[in-house]
Amino acid sequence: MYEILEKKVMSETVKLMKIKAPLVAKKAVAGQFIILRIDEKGERIPLTIADYDRKEGTITVIFMEVGKTTKQLGTLKVGDSLLNFAGPLGQPSEIEKYGTVVCSGGGVGIAPLFPIVRELKQAGNYVISILGARNEKLLMLEKEIDEVSDELHICTDDGSKGQKGFVSDVLQKLIDDGKKIDIVWAIGPVIMMKVVANLTKKYDIKTIVNLNPIMVDGTGMCGGCRVLVGGETKFACVDGPEFDGHLVDYDNLMLRNRRFLCQEEEACECTGA
Amino acid sequence: MVKVETTKHKMPEQDPKKRIKNFNEVPYGYDKETAIEEAKRCLQCKKKPCTEGCPVEIDIPEFIACIANGEFDKAAEIIKAKSNLPAVCGRVCPYENQCEGMCTVKKISLYAEPVAIGRLERFIADYERNKGVKIPKKSKSTGKKVAVIGSGPAGLTCAGDLAKMGHSVTIFEALHAPGGVLMYGIPEFRLPKEIVNSEVDYIKKLGVEINYDVVVGKTITVDELMEKYDAIFIGTGAGLPRWLRIPGENLDGVYSANEFLTRVNMMKAYKFPEYDTPVKIGKIVATFGAGNVAMDCARTALRLGAEKSYIIYRRSEVEMPARAEEIHHAKEEGVIFKFLTNPVRFIGDEKGILKEAEFIKMRLGEPDESGRRRPIPMENSEFKMKIDTALVAIGQSPNPLIPKTVKGLKIGKHGNIETDENGRTNIPGIFAGGDIATGAATVILAMGAGKKAAKAINKYLKLKK
Repeated sequence: MYEILEKKVMSETVKLMKIKAPLVAKKAVAGQFIILRIDEKGERIPLTIADYDRKEGTITVIFMEVGKTTKQLGTLKVGDSLLNFAGPLGQPSEIEKYGTVVCSGGGVGIAPLFPIVRELKQAGNYVISILGARNEKLLMLEKEIDEVSDELHICTDDGSKGQKGFVSDVLQKLIDDGKKIDIVWAIGPVIMMKVVANLTKKYDIKTIVNLNPIMVDGTGMCGGCRVLVGGETKFACVDGPEFDGHLVDYDNLMLRNRRFLCQEEEACECTGA
Repeated sequence: MVKVETTKHKMPEQDPKKRIKNFNEVPYGYDKETAIEEAKRCLQCKKKPCTEGCPVEIDIPEFIACIANGEFDKAAEIIKAKSNLPAVCGRVCPYENQCEGMCTVKKISLYAEPVAIGRLERFIADYERNKGVKIPKKSKSTGKKVAVIGSGPAGLTCAGDLAKMGHSVTIFEALHAPGGVLMYGIPEFRLPKEIVNSEVDYIKKLGVEINYDVVVGKTITVDELMEKYDAIFIGTGAGLPRWLRIPGENLDGVYSANEFLTRVNMMKAYKFPEYDTPVKIGKIVATFGAGNVAMDCARTALRLGAEKSYIIYRRSEVEMPARAEEIHHAKEEGVIFKFLTNPVRFIGDEKGILKEAEFIKMRLGEPDESGRRRPIPMENSEFKMKIDTALVAIGQSPNPLIPKTVKGLKIGKHGNIETDENGRTNIPGIFAGGDIATGAATVILAMGAGKKAAKAINKYLKLKK
């Protein structure tokens, strides 16, 4: 059993949980994810690691309540426990000294971006972070990311905070201003990663995206999470979750992420979630 | 000449029309009287060819003699002396190629059937389980610690045997449940999960500890385990699905057999929404491949409500690798077999949901390296067929996670861990067995490998100071 030690409400539908999982914490690094199961009848869901503390033996996850399991997870309290918590899974982010790095995060994608920003900064990069959300209420981790970034840009779709517009608009402006960018990280909704990757492709700036498709085992066994990368089938769980953003077939990913939408609705109705 | 009935006693089964509407086990098993009658068919050969055919060397004539005398407890003891998972073996072993294939009764005439050794093993295992399993006396503790990676048939067997020898054994399992393929792969109607759980309980009662959610290679490495344990057994199976590698394979509606079966079996998607994991099944389902896993997929699809369930196979009926019993059950249940047919591409609708597939007809040419006649596409024989769900069951490769993360471990051509016949790898203290060493094979061969490795590990630990 894996105890919930801390819980924070980040916004109406986004919650943070710090979970006791010493073995996972010992090995976790930026870019990786975990798979959890709440109870005996629960499904296995992947969540990206938002932070880890090796000394405390904890893993922090931040999740948006979108389906039955995440909604149920959101109702758990400090002191409650999860039945299963396996990881760290997937390949770590390739942290090295690139020069100037843009880290762009959209919505709940800001959470997994945080440790990547921190580690890129520690590696000696000049880190420009761009955080975007639909509105001010959905923005998160501004302070934390600001502390480990050289520059921070905020944008919202409705202009309630920072610049009005998308992450890609801010990035475009940076490029137009003549900023020399060596590599870009983009984590967020599939459409956001697609738009950022299309933009950087024009300027030939290497771009890493972190994908979060539907998974079951998370160990390379089922292939449910397969994505097309450069025309080749890859498993996000073992080959990813980070891939070259210029090679990912985003339309196929969006299609595969809708596979169980009807069932998801049914599951929510059944529990009144 | 001894007079002996030439046919096996029938094992009662659920009616095919009824059983395709539920996930309950298909055969009911023998009752006491039938088991005793069947046991009397055994000729009690001195040479015991059946035992030679058994990968775990059960003294078959001996336990059958006990059944014939009504001494069921003694029969159980004899089986358990060699097999840690008899209720599993009595259900999923390919007896026809092993013990029963060697049976002398079979040689009496062209039509004679062997003694139903598999059914008798199942009878005894079920008898013992219902009565309450007896735990054998353990050997004195040796003080040696062994880590077993993976709790499938190879790992469970190896762990059980090592525990009986007095070693302290810890199993590391990546998933949340024990059993490996017994849990995620083989369907409930062929191997009830309650039975897997009770076999696992037996292994635990032998003193084996099981740690779940530990993905060795990620959560902890083999090198780290080497620091804490005196020896390691790797039994991580063949979990990597193979694909057809044709256009459209990533459309919504195409599953690997592993994903489909894991959702249904381990995650219990057939009880959705009581259980949270969903599975989506269309009206027309096509399973590609003709092994046991393919039969499991096609039969599961029917139970989930498919109106038509096809097996699509590029060779002909005689080359099908599945067990005769599985093919027979699938046919009884209405699975439609399309032979000499190969898919060319999957076609989706405007939303990217699978709607049909294009196929090509095949003919058989000269035998290939497998000894089976090679299928060759026939020109201009392409045709399309409407399908809603495609299940790809053309085999699995060894799971690459551990081979990739152990420094210096010798890996074979197919990504398998190379071992000698006793499960020794090139690194002293690291042993491997089952599908991870051989590539995808059967439950009983994995158990046999686990058993041999346990002996080799025991020997290694005795020599190690």
